[in-house]
Amino acid sequence: MSTAVTGSRPDRTRSIVIWTVVALVGAAGWTMLALSRGEEVSAAWMVAAALGSYAIGYRFYSKFIAYKVLKVDKTRATPAERLDNGIDYQPTDRRVLFGHHFAAISGAGPLVGPVLAAQMGYLPGTIWIIAGVIFAGAVQDMVVLFFSTRRNGRSLGQMAREEIGPVGGAAALLAVFAIMIILLAVLALVVVNALAESPWGTFSIGMTVPIALFMGFYLRVIRPGRIAEVSLIGVVLLLLALIAGRWVAKSSWAEAFTLSKESLVVWLVAYAFIASVLPVWMLLAPRDYLSTFMKLGTIGLLFIGVVVAAPTLKMDAVTDFATQGTGPVFAGSLFPFVFITIACGALSGFHSLISSGTTPKMVEKETQVRMIGYGSMLLESSVAIMAMIAACVLDPGLYFGMNSAPAVLGETAQDWVNTIQGWGFSLTEADMAAYAKSVEEASLWGRTGGAPTFAIGVADIFASVTGDGLKAFWYHFAIMFEALFILTALDAGTRVGRFMLQDTLGNVYKPLKRVSWWPGLIVCSAIVCGLWGYFLWVGVRDPLGGINQLFPLFGISNQLLGAVALTVCTTLLIKSGRLKWAWVTGIPLIWVAVTTLTASWQKVFSGDPRVGFFAQGDKAQAAIDSGQLEGKALQDAETIVTNTTVDGVLSALFAVLVVVVIADAARVCIKAIRHPATVVSHEEPYTESKYVAPAQLFATKEEKAELAAAGLGSGGGRTDGPREEVAP
Amino acid sequence: MTVKSVKSAKSVGAKIWWYVRELTGETAYERYVAHVRKDHPDAPVQSRRAFERERTDRQEADPRQGFRCC
Repeated sequence: MSTAVTGSRPDRTRSIVIWTVVALVGAAGWTMLALSRGEEVSAAWMVAAALGSYAIGYRFYSKFIAYKVLKVDKTRATPAERLDNGIDYQPTDRRVLFGHHFAAISGAGPLVGPVLAAQMGYLPGTIWIIAGVIFAGAVQDMVVLFFSTRRNGRSLGQMAREEIGPVGGAAALLAVFAIMIILLAVLALVVVNALAESPWGTFSIGMTVPIALFMGFYLRVIRPGRIAEVSLIGVVLLLLALIAGRWVAKSSWAEAFTLSKESLVVWLVAYAFIASVLPVWMLLAPRDYLSTFMKLGTIGLLFIGVVVAAPTLKMDAVTDFATQGTGPVFAGSLFPFVFITIACGALSGFHSLISSGTTPKMVEKETQVRMIGYGSMLLESSVAIMAMIAACVLDPGLYFGMNSAPAVLGETAQDWVNTIQGWGFSLTEADMAAYAKSVEEASLWGRTGGAPTFAIGVADIFASVTGDGLKAFWYHFAIMFEALFILTALDAGTRVGRFMLQDTLGNVYKPLKRVSWWPGLIVCSAIVCGLWGYFLWVGVRDPLGGINQLFPLFGISNQLLGAVALTVCTTLLIKSGRLKWAWVTGIPLIWVAVTTLTASWQKVFSGDPRVGFFAQGDKAQAAIDSGQLEGKALQDAETIVTNTTVDGVLSALFAVLVVVVIADAARVCIKAIRHPATVVSHEEPYTESKYVAPAQLFATKEEKAELAAAGLGSGGGRTDGPREEVAP
Repeated sequence: MTVKSVKSAKSVGAKIWWYVRELTGETAYERYVAHVRKDHPDAPVQSRRAFERERTDRQEADPRQGFRCC
């Protein structure tokens, strides 16, 4: 009470002191990362740089965007309040919604990209993850969330159609579908590479299916709706399956669970098809509860592990591959390829699909878009930093031995060792065998895809806290954690792809639109599984290593979707008369468009067969034409010709789609600037809010007073009757 | 002193349990019942079993709800 008058100056001083300290911590982290050469740096400095930067970005930049640019209005009712139907529109406690939103946006992406980008050293990737999230990724998530909230939770595609036009809208829809297919193929490839020839991993992941079926049955029949208790039971069963996996791997059953990559592809595609046709309650819903629990739990453990163990980074800050563009994990130079390899964690177009659609229908207060949109993305970015740390605490020799495609390393084990030593890293065959033995895997050579590398890094960090005896357990724990939610994503993604397909084909043949029409359901599910299954099969059979080929395609498509989302945001800012603030999303848009279109250009037109798809195809074609190839070599060359053509055409298609969206949006924007009177707003009209709820995680003094006056707890709620003015 | 710390441990535990139940959607039914009682006092209230069935069926009809990202 008295603090309101006399406390303002000490409060201000205290705030200045606190933020100066935060800035200094961040700056110290950056200095240590950037300046230390030749000696190993503690990962704690990376954490300091990240957390210091996030805190400042959140405190200052996101506040500026929320109040100056978007002008969030706490007196304006959100769709959750106006349309509350107890189903999809419902005001949700900000802390709960934060968890929901974070669980929805975070998946395997931020764990894989940074691991691959680590081939260029820890510094380029870390700078992009942190700067990218503050100025682009978190901005995109928050601005999309805001505009969708003002439009009753319209999806990105609907907003593109309404605000830009039918051409832009259709291009955006097609882009989303194509991207979904590539995404599913890449995620499945990560699982295949992690589980191939690993009976322990395959058994424990396989067990998740009966566990989920049991949970589904429990929720449907025995105790409907008791999700928390069944999830706890599920997690315990999951850990038991993990422990049993070790025993199985040592028993006579091991052979049955030792699968080649090819058979895993067949299993995965069959699984995803069946799962996507089964009712949601049976497999998808319970799996989703399990993976959410595992996801949040493991990320929490990882934070604790990194802080307690404070491991040192063994990778160089910047490796020679960054400048030469000859990296064995993915080809191409630092610009533009670091910026498309690390998508999730810095800027992920996919998030715009979550930020429009589901979350905006549950936001209690407009002021909360800052905490939920911007804040969740910062948390996801910190997960990417953890993945970068996990990859960089490994010996670089081990890292490159695991992540280089066999075709790059050579024919025999001795060649592999020689290649890696030739790059200047120390590694012997015995070292590699010892690493494999420590995590109880048959071999670690060429285990591309990021998941095994991440898992070894995690096992290293955890084992330094719990002792080496548990290292193999932690390795398989991390593999299971990643594979678990990738399998959930395959099921959910196939369903979404099918839904889009049904919706589109339904315009041609009516019954397809009915989602419960069985023949349509099965045919569309089969088409979607067939499409991503094709890319997966190709990736597995690819002599150059599928990740090498597919991951750039995935990164390009994801970032191009980000470009579409940022285009919609920029158009909306301009159309709503905020031209002077259009740079807030305009600059990230230009950046992502330039990097991604450059990457697409290089992937299509580069004459270097390591980078350009068509150049690679031409090289293989020339080899076929020379008539000197036979047997497997000839088959390989033919596969390369087909694959590179498909990949090249897709890269070009993505780029063209995005150019169409941007050009169409530019037309709309210019018209809006020239003739402001013609702009039609699709915003829902203002309705006064009867809700009181804090904007941030912790309520401010004023908000607490407001809540107390309304007789509400810390979560806020509806004030019945006319709003009472709260005395200042 | 010990009574106090037991009490505070209990309240922390209760808060975590509250969060877990909210996050998993276990409280959806309670919220639905409260919603019906308040806004449509004359309408019948579904049983929990029927409500939970309808909830997963809705996800079936539009899988974009509850979609997970990369």
